[in-house]
Amino acid sequence: MKILAVVEQREGALRGVSTEVVTAGAELASVAGGEVDALLLGAPDVASLASPLGEAGAARVLVAAHEALAGYHPDGYAALVSEAVRDGGYELVLFAATSQGKDLAPRVAAQLDVPLAQDITGLSVTEGVLRFVRPVYAGKAFTRITIEGAPALATLRPNVFQGSAEAGAGEVVELSTAVDPTGWPTQVVWFEAAGCDIPDVAEASVVVAGGRGMKDPEHWHLLEDLRAALGNAAGLGASRAVVDAGWRPHGEQVGQTGKTVAPRLYFAVGISGAIQHLAGMRTAGTIVAVNRDPDAPIFKVADYGIVGDLFEVLPRLTEEVTKLRAGS
Amino acid sequence: MNIIVCVKRVPDTETRVRVGDDGVSIDPSGVKHVLSPYDEFAVEAALRLREGAGSGEVAVVTLGDDSSQETLRSALAMGADRAVLLKGEVSHDGLATAKALAAEIGEADAPLVLCGVKAADDDQQQVGPMLATLLGRPCATAVSSFELADGTVRCRSEVEGGTALFELPLPAVLTITKGEYEPRYASLKGIMAAKRKPLEVKDAAASPSRLKVETMELPPERAAGRIVGEGADAVPELVRLLREEANVL
Ligand SMILES: Cc1cc2nc3c(=O)[nH]c(=O)nc-3n(C[C@H](O)[C@H](O)[C@H](O)COP(=O)(O)OP(=O)(O)OC[C@H]3O[C@@H](n4cnc5c(N)ncnc54)[C@H](O)[C@@H]3O)c2cc1C
Ligand SMILES: Nc1ncnc2c1ncn2[C@@H]1O[C@H](COP(=O)(O)O)[C@@H](O)[C@H]1O
Repeated sequence: MKILAVVEQREGALRGVSTEVVTAGAELASVAGGEVDALLLGAPDVASLASPLGEAGAARVLVAAHEALAGYHPDGYAALVSEAVRDGGYELVLFAATSQGKDLAPRVAAQLDVPLAQDITGLSVTEGVLRFVRPVYAGKAFTRITIEGAPALATLRPNVFQGSAEAGAGEVVELSTAVDPTGWPTQVVWFEAAGCDIPDVAEASVVVAGGRGMKDPEHWHLLEDLRAALGNAAGLGASRAVVDAGWRPHGEQVGQTGKTVAPRLYFAVGISGAIQHLAGMRTAGTIVAVNRDPDAPIFKVADYGIVGDLFEVLPRLTEEVTKLRAGS
Repeated sequence: MNIIVCVKRVPDTETRVRVGDDGVSIDPSGVKHVLSPYDEFAVEAALRLREGAGSGEVAVVTLGDDSSQETLRSALAMGADRAVLLKGEVSHDGLATAKALAAEIGEADAPLVLCGVKAADDDQQQVGPMLATLLGRPCATAVSSFELADGTVRCRSEVEGGTALFELPLPAVLTITKGEYEPRYASLKGIMAAKRKPLEVKDAAASPSRLKVETMELPPERAAGRIVGEGADAVPELVRLLREEANVL
C-alpha cells in the first residue's frame, strides 16, 4: 500500500504530531506491505526538517519549499497536497487532526472527490480492506468505518497513535510543482500566538483543567503552577462554565462544544463532570479528579480522586510533583 | 446582503447515547433533537450581520428528512427569514452532504454562506470547507468573529496556540465556532412568526454515501476509579499511585 503522511511545521519547527502520523503510516505499511512517504511544505529551507521524518519511518520526504508556503495557506496547501496525492498514486493519505489538518483535509478530499474520516482513533488493514475507528457524539460512541474509492483520507487524533516503526530511508525529493501564490484568493493577514508557549490542550500529553470550583480567574495561578511542575508537555484546559464566564479563552474549553482531548494524564479540578464535559475527555489515559463533593459525577470516570478543598489540595499537589520531578 | 446558513438536526448534547437495533446508528427512542449548537452560533452571526446592515435576507438550509422541519422552524424563530429542506439521506459522508448543499446553493445570490465548525452528532468537521471547494469559493474555518469590508470578509480563526486572521474575497464560506456569537433565545413572538415564514421542501440532489459505518459501539466503560482519600493529606498517596501504578509521572 502506498501511503502519504502530510506533516506539519510551524515557524520552521516540526510539530510533534507529525512524527505520530508518519509512524502510524509506517506501522500500517509494515502490515499491509508498502511504504509511507511524508509530505512537508514550508519555507525555502524546510528540507532541513526531513531527517526526523525518516527516523519516524518515511521512505521518502517530499518537499515543497517556497516563501509563500512558510506558514499554512489553505488554498496553496490544498492545491499542492491534492496534486502530490494524484501524482504519487497514493492509496491512503493521513493528516494530523489539528486545526490545520482538519481545515486542509476536507479541501483535499473535495478536490480529489473522495470521502474523509476526520479525527480517527484507530486504523487497521485486513485482507486489503482499510478500517478506521471514529468517535462520534463527542466520544459517547464510536464507529468502525470503511471508505469506498481511493485514495482513502483520514486525520489522526493527536496523542492516540503512539506506535513505533523502523526508520525509513528518508530520501528527500523536491516536488516539481510550480508554486504560484497569485492564484490563491485567501490572504493570510497574520498569526498571533496566544502569548504563551505551552502546548494546546488538544495536543498536550498532560492536561490540568479547572472548572467553576476555582471560584475566580485570579486563582488560575494555582493550576498554572501545577501545570509548570508537570513539565513542558503539559497544557491547560477548562470547563465551559468558566469559558462562558470569560475566565478562560474558548481555545481551552474541553468537551462537546470545545475540544476533544486524549492526553496520557488529565486533572479535573473543581469540575463537576457534566455529560458534555466528560464527552471531551473520557478517552484520556488516566483521569484524576479533585472535588469537594464526593457525589460529583466526575468521580465516576476518574481513576483516582481526592475529595477535598482544591485550595488546599492543589498547592500540595504542586509541591509533591515538583519534589518528585526534582528527584527523578 | 443575503446570507445562507447550513444547519443540521442533531440529538441534544444531554443525550445518553445507546446503539440502535441496526448496530450502526443511535437508538432514537426518547432522544430530543435540537439545532446543532455550532449552527446556532452561525445563525446568530448571520442575524447580527443582517441587523447591522439593516437589509438582506437570512436563509437556512438543511439536508434531512421531514423531522428536520422542526429544526428549521427553530432557526426561523430565532429570526431567519426563510428555510429550505432538502429531503435526502443524511450519512456520515460529509462530501455527499456538501454536494447536496452545493447543488442548492450553487449560483444563489448569497455572498456569504455560514456553517457550523462541526455538527454535534457525527463530528466530521468537514462539510463547510468541502462545500466551499465544490462552489469554488474561499473558506475560513473555526471562525470566532468576522467583519465585512469592501467586498471582503476578515475572519479570526482559532488555531492551536493562537489566532489567525484571514481576509477572503466574497463570495465566501465560513465555519463558525463559539467566539462572540452567544445565540439568542427565540422569543414567543419569534416562535409565532416562524410558523408563517416560508419553508420550502424539495428533493435533494442525491449523492450516495461512500463512507460505510460497519458498527457503532459504546466506548468501554472506564473501570470504577478509586477515591484515594480526603484533603491535602491524600496527595502523597495520589502521587505515589500516579507514579508506581499508573506510570504517568
Ligand atoms: C449544548 C451544551 C454544550 C455544552 N458543552 C460543554 C463543553 O464543551 N464543555 C463543558 O465543560 N461543558 C459544556 N456544557 C456545560 C455543562 O453542562 C456544565 O454546565 C459545565 O461543564 C459545568 O462546568 P463546571 O464543572 O466547571 O461547573 P459546576 O458544574 O458548577 O461544577 C463546579 C464543581 O466544583 C466543585 N467545587 C466547588 N468549590 C470547590 C472547592 N473549593 N474545592 C473543590 N471542588 C469545588 C463543586 O463541587 C462542583 O462539582 C455544555 C452545555 C450545553 C447545554
Ligand atoms: N445535513 C446537513 N444539512 C445542512 N447542513 C449540514 C448538514 N450536515 C452538516 N451541515 C453543515 O456543516 C457543518 C459541519 O458539519 P460536519 O462536517 O458534519 O461536522 C454543520 O455545522 C452544518 O453547518
